[in-house]
Amino acid sequence: MTLMRWIVLSLALFLAAPTYAVQPDEILEDPALEERAREISKELRCLVCRNESIDDSSASLARDLRLLVRERLLEGDTDAQVKTYLVDRYGEFVLLKPIFSMANAALWIAGPFLFVIGLIVSLYYIRARRPETPQTLSEEERAELDRILKDR
Amino acid sequence: MIAELGHFALALALIVTLVQATIPLVGAGKGWADWMRLATPAAIVQFALLAFSFGALVHAFVTLDFSVRLVATHANSLMPDLFKFTSTWGNHEGSMLLWVLILAIYGGLVAVFGRDLPLPLKARTLSVQAMIAAAFIAFILFTSNPFERLFPVPLDGRDLNPLLQDIGLAIHPPFLYLGYVGLSMAFSFAIAALIEGRVDAAWARWVRPWTLLAWINLTIGIALGSYWAYYELGWGGWWFWDPVENASFMPWLVSAALLHSAIVVEKRAALKAWTILLAILAFSLSLIGTFIVRSGVLTSVHAFAVDPERGVFILGILLVAIFGSLVLFAWRGPAMKSEGVFQPISREGALILNNLLLAVATAVVFIGTMAPLVREFVDGSKISVGAPFFDLTFTPFMVLLCLALPMGALLPWKRGDGAKVINKLWWAAAGALVIGGIVLGIQTGSALLAPVGIALAAWIIMGVLVELYERGGFGRVPVGTAFKRLIGLPRADWGKAIAHAGLGLTALGIAAVSAWEIEDIRLAKPGDVIPLGPYEVRFEGIESLPVGAPFNALTCGNASSALKGDDERNFETTIGRFSLLQDGEMLAVMCPEKRFYPVQQMPTTEAAIDAGLLRDVYLVLGDPSQSTGQWAVRSYYKPLANWIWIGSFIMAFGGLISLTDRRFRVGAAARRGPSPIAVPAE
Repeated sequence: MTLMRWIVLSLALFLAAPTYAVQPDEILEDPALEERAREISKELRCLVCRNESIDDSSASLARDLRLLVRERLLEGDTDAQVKTYLVDRYGEFVLLKPIFSMANAALWIAGPFLFVIGLIVSLYYIRARRPETPQTLSEEERAELDRILKDR
Repeated sequence: MIAELGHFALALALIVTLVQATIPLVGAGKGWADWMRLATPAAIVQFALLAFSFGALVHAFVTLDFSVRLVATHANSLMPDLFKFTSTWGNHEGSMLLWVLILAIYGGLVAVFGRDLPLPLKARTLSVQAMIAAAFIAFILFTSNPFERLFPVPLDGRDLNPLLQDIGLAIHPPFLYLGYVGLSMAFSFAIAALIEGRVDAAWARWVRPWTLLAWINLTIGIALGSYWAYYELGWGGWWFWDPVENASFMPWLVSAALLHSAIVVEKRAALKAWTILLAILAFSLSLIGTFIVRSGVLTSVHAFAVDPERGVFILGILLVAIFGSLVLFAWRGPAMKSEGVFQPISREGALILNNLLLAVATAVVFIGTMAPLVREFVDGSKISVGAPFFDLTFTPFMVLLCLALPMGALLPWKRGDGAKVINKLWWAAAGALVIGGIVLGIQTGSALLAPVGIALAAWIIMGVLVELYERGGFGRVPVGTAFKRLIGLPRADWGKAIAHAGLGLTALGIAAVSAWEIEDIRLAKPGDVIPLGPYEVRFEGIESLPVGAPFNALTCGNASSALKGDDERNFETTIGRFSLLQDGEMLAVMCPEKRFYPVQQMPTTEAAIDAGLLRDVYLVLGDPSQSTGQWAVRSYYKPLANWIWIGSFIMAFGGLISLTDRRFRVGAAARRGPSPIAVPAE
């Protein structure tokens, strides 16, 4: 029962929050700076929420973080500096897009790696399924065959 | 009393599934027809018992029997009648009961409509179905009894989470489950085929409609969930890459791959082992999805450890099902020899590319969803994997898929000619490039998202048109003949064209709304005018209604609600009234709401949406500012947003058209009995 209550509670936190997110009084006067603040906010996690960015969240912590981001930007930080500042304080958990590090290598590489592996396996499979199994042909013969097939 | 009968029926159903899981399987192994035939009545009885059990729970909810603990914790006398009914599955126990009921519906359908199935295949398939059912009924009976009584009986219940008190979310789970659970059919057929050691065209023809049915429901379920998030969560997002969403998206991707690979098995007797593997993976991902949603493990490993009973039970089912089936696959899979031969540039080759891209995309989602869990488990470090990661890593594979789709769809079986296909498609390519160029020219920003996305969408849709043009033979035969040919095309071909066009339309919506959305956040007071793209939004006023006011106490333009008339509101509400103006002319009255549900002490926002085919205008009322009497108002202009869901429904409709293809009904029957070598249907 406790687990269920926990789930419902966390679900409620995630869903229920009447989402006003960015409040009118937070918006910076410089539209370019505000635009940057929004983009950064979208990549930062509201730490107490379920998988929500601080840009989407109405939690008070998210508001604090949004104000903090804007404060740093007004101080003249670059986007990267703002993120580093937050990671130093809250850990990597705050980033919705994990940093590209050794520990995260598998996560980042997985897609392209699997695609290449899959492509190689598929090509082998397709080759085995060719009408005339070309295993007995030499390289020259195959090139010749390809040329003939292409000319046809 | 009725609740106890429901509980008893559930227990009986467990016994029936145990019989159905064993006797027909043994019979199929020994060749005893009587034992095999038992599967059919058992599946029907199982369905009847579960239907009764579910009906008993519905009865408890509709009559608000608060002596049933589940009703007391999830319903309330103030709830509108519709939600009393739908809250039956708005909770863990009830939704699991719905899960097994749908499993039984599919089993019953096979029992009734599978008259032409070879007896051993039918017996084994239904037996595997029953094993799944037995595991989940045991799960319900031992860890999540929905019929548990409560004493003393409370006077009123604790109400359903207000966010679930919505028509969209009320019908979203049944569709999703029809999809999730429907994939169990493909799984059961795959296991039966592995036991039998044979996969042929007839098998593929049997498995495809079930997969198609599951995929259609999954498509609708996901689209409904996404639309619900769009209008209910209050800032117009439609996809969040939340673990729970990913849990439904992964089976969708894999079943889409399965649909395509089963065609190759059917027509060309190739990709057999791979198709079996996809069938196993599709259902395994459904089970993993159920585990994710039901155990709370992805929110935190610790949440799982606090009360592991349910999580461990589902994890057990998961491990047995997945490892059992994969071991069986490793053992019997290699025997599935493909016979068909083909060149790399061919329909077969294109479908392999389709499968590769969908499978890798699924893997990306899977690894991203699981990574935080794995990292926490391995070295205790906490990381987050959210939307920005998935947008970056998932999208490239979808772009490749969209690029390849029109060419693959035009390639003939066995051996294709790349140059010929490009020759046919050149004007679609040119058209897409021109459209992309125009978009690039007229838009003010420099982002490539819109031009590229819209060019891709145009490429897919025009590719479909080229395909239909070619299939009809326009330009080669008289126009009348071509139209006749077009009308005479098999339903499966029409389904393919419609579903692909749907994908293009969804891509169009996604690209447009992502690139061109306009957002305005400000403090406003009645009388203020907010400029929004080509429109103006005028704040007219604020009204409030107490709990118990009937739904028709206040009208807002001609906007309608699913709940009308004399039903009483079970919430307090504050309604903002806005006019949508274009060049001073009034287009609509819009009334965003802030609600407060007293029973659960929960506030919610109800966005006001003026929906259209070309754009949505989306208004949200925020908090008042105490000092100035102003209200926070968020206004959005969302171009082409609705095409995201219209496209999805068109995809599902294409599936439905394909499902009615006579080949699925007549063809399989004509192939009754063993057909050792599949004849390439060319």
